[in-house]
Amino acid sequence: MTAIRSATVPTRPIQLRRLPWGLFVAVLLVLLLAVAAIAPQLLATHDPYALDYPAALQGPSWAHWFGTDESGRDLYSRLVFGAGQSLLIGLGAAGVGIVLALILGSLAALAVKPAAVVVDRFVEVMFAFPALLLALLLIAIAGPSAVTEIFAVGLGTAPGYARMIRGQILAAKNSGYVEAATALGHSRARIVSAHILPNALRPLVAVFALSVGQSIVWSSSLSFLGLGVAPPAPEWGALLDAGRGYIIQANWLEVIPGLVIVAVALAATTIGRHLQAHLEKGEK
Amino acid sequence: MSIAETIDDPVELGLDWPATRLSARNLRVSFLVDGVRRDIVRGLSFELTPGECVAIVGESGSGKSVTARALVGLAGRNSIVEADSLELHHEDALAFTPRKWRRVRGRDVGFILQDALVSLDPLRPVRSEIAEALALHHRGTRSERSRRVIDLLTRVGVPFPEVRARQRPDQLSGGLRQRALIASAIALDPDIVIADEPTTALDVSVQAQVLGELEKMKLRGASVILISHDLSVVAQLADQILVMRGGEVLEQGTAAQVLGSPKHDYTKALIAAVPSERTRGQKLSPTAVPDAATAPVRSHRQVGSVLEARDLVRRFVSPDGAVNRAVDRVSFTLGAGETLGIVGESGSGKSTTAKLALGLERLDGGTVRLLGRDWSTLPERRRRRLRPRISFVNQDPLSSFDPRWNVERILLDALRGSRLSRFGRRARVLELLGLVGLSSEVLDRFPLKLSGGQRQRVAIARALAPRPSVIVLDEAVSALDVTIQAQILDLLVALQRSSGVSYLFISHDLGVISHLSDRVLVMKDGRVVEEGTPDDIFQRPQHPYTRELIASIPAFDPAAFSA
Repeated sequence: MTAIRSATVPTRPIQLRRLPWGLFVAVLLVLLLAVAAIAPQLLATHDPYALDYPAALQGPSWAHWFGTDESGRDLYSRLVFGAGQSLLIGLGAAGVGIVLALILGSLAALAVKPAAVVVDRFVEVMFAFPALLLALLLIAIAGPSAVTEIFAVGLGTAPGYARMIRGQILAAKNSGYVEAATALGHSRARIVSAHILPNALRPLVAVFALSVGQSIVWSSSLSFLGLGVAPPAPEWGALLDAGRGYIIQANWLEVIPGLVIVAVALAATTIGRHLQAHLEKGEK
Repeated sequence: MSIAETIDDPVELGLDWPATRLSARNLRVSFLVDGVRRDIVRGLSFELTPGECVAIVGESGSGKSVTARALVGLAGRNSIVEADSLELHHEDALAFTPRKWRRVRGRDVGFILQDALVSLDPLRPVRSEIAEALALHHRGTRSERSRRVIDLLTRVGVPFPEVRARQRPDQLSGGLRQRALIASAIALDPDIVIADEPTTALDVSVQAQVLGELEKMKLRGASVILISHDLSVVAQLADQILVMRGGEVLEQGTAAQVLGSPKHDYTKALIAAVPSERTRGQKLSPTAVPDAATAPVRSHRQVGSVLEARDLVRRFVSPDGAVNRAVDRVSFTLGAGETLGIVGESGSGKSTTAKLALGLERLDGGTVRLLGRDWSTLPERRRRRLRPRISFVNQDPLSSFDPRWNVERILLDALRGSRLSRFGRRARVLELLGLVGLSSEVLDRFPLKLSGGQRQRVAIARALAPRPSVIVLDEAVSALDVTIQAQILDLLVALQRSSGVSYLFISHDLGVISHLSDRVLVMKDGRVVEEGTPDDIFQRPQHPYTRELIASIPAFDPAAFSA
């Protein structure tokens, strides 16, 4: 057994030359998205707000790639212009979720006993609370807006990540290298900053990428329910919401934004998974 | 053993056995790794006859486990098994299809794996595991099978087999698990048993039981292939020995030839590397100890005891509320430049004692004094200043290194408390590497990429970094191959001579303990049952447990074979 291992491990070269095609497509999509977010006019074919009633509810064509909505606005251009906001909400919500999870998870793992137990229980209660309900509560209090949406989604995803971070930190805390550092007489602050946090938070990069994808889906569902960004803005969830009334006459208004959301979420997830696999390989 | 007398010679009983059960001529195993062919076993020949044991001895990477797997058709994907001939019961085994192998395994060949904990399904009671082998080969009805399971467990010496059969592996001790695994391997009465390091993870007394089982099987006429790195285990059982290194057979012959008058230098080194009471004060390895380690060092002025433990108690509360004394009134004194060995089986509390001495575990009673000063009574904040005086080398060096750090960073980190300049620290790191016999090439390597011996050397270098008075070594050589273990033990002895450092050396291996220790503490169930010089303990053991422990050490005396 040992012989097999020693024979196979050292000779396997790191596979950088052949990028898996799934990852390639995902990276390409994310790059496109970034361009759309930063400079939508480069990709858009029409003014996303220009009304053109004679051209209303037309299917996909050469003039309008993804068709037009009930006011004759070009759906493709609206999707491109909406990318920035959707991406911002996705990144923002993932950021809020992770930061919150980081604080709660670290406290639960590192704080002195009574405080840690309180945080632990709090996270569990949050976990048990339906995330959608939590988001609705927040929106009911603060009113629907992009910022509320970011916090609502972030709050909804935080407990899961908090549990994960807590587990990671506990594993690092009980590791042999922390024991060795203690035996060397290093201070607690030094051990936490030099060993526990870096090792526990290493997988977080991948988790963040996964979380962005998840957050975009989440925030789209909130917007779809009319609880997100206000209508004329071409945010993707809002587009879905607007197209709801025309699902029979103009199904592309639902299908295409839906596919775009799924594609972007898949891309983020794919990149996250590859990052995760890469980081784990470095560890093993 | 007395079993030999109770069973008559099978041949005289008139049983008709084919002369050879398994024969291999020039067996070769290669692996395809990324399209490149790597030869792992390069030519191995032997014949296995009834009632005989062929042992394959070698260190990790020698190809011995691959050989064992190839012999049961389990060499794995990407493997190429070739031979001039490989015959199992006079059939050409090279031509076996996977389907045929599945029929052969279990029925004709039983395979006992190294680690019972990972080889048994954790979610199933052991009886289903054993009954499965019977069911797969369509043996008996359900009730017959369950009777057979109890039979088998009784045969391999499991007490209360009816109770044990219903338990899951995690409810069994290591020795019972290993025996359950043996029971499943012999469930179909295979006449060939292949055992891959069957006792490596076990305590000596359990090891003695398992070896006894294998010996009984052998006397019943089973042929045994024993794979091991441990010559003392091999000496117990083997009729023929193959010594392997790097996929090649260096020496082959009867046990008496190989152990009594070894021809090859490597075999001689392997035999000389086995630590025991007889080897005290001798070098175990032909490899020279690094010069730096032998050069005398200005030592700390030390008088009397450097570490003094009085009535240490550590209690653990188990989930069912029962209070368990892991360490129960343990006292010892460690003098300057002295080695105190603590020996005991797993669960005896020896590792907890080490952590209590280091102040890494909370004490429930008793005191520890370091260099005549308060130690255990200090709050951690004040203890930190004294920590450089006592360092720690643990069983698994890999886990004791931060995986993100290379060797240089690990060693520099150990010097953080010192008053050296940046330049001085760098020089000290190189000095430390010299002490443990590593070249500066390892500095930018990560522990993961180092060999087991190199890792342990880095761990020792780190322990030496703050110039400690005491080093606590918890099973520090247990995971190493014999020859590497010999080098590390030699190194430890040299370092002690030159610097006068004291060792608190914890091990389950009586050979290592008797080789190294000036005084020995025998622990059982959290208590010290006997204390004395190695001479007292090994020649005149007083406590029945000590006697039992010593009786179960496989007697390994190369001199006995040369007679």
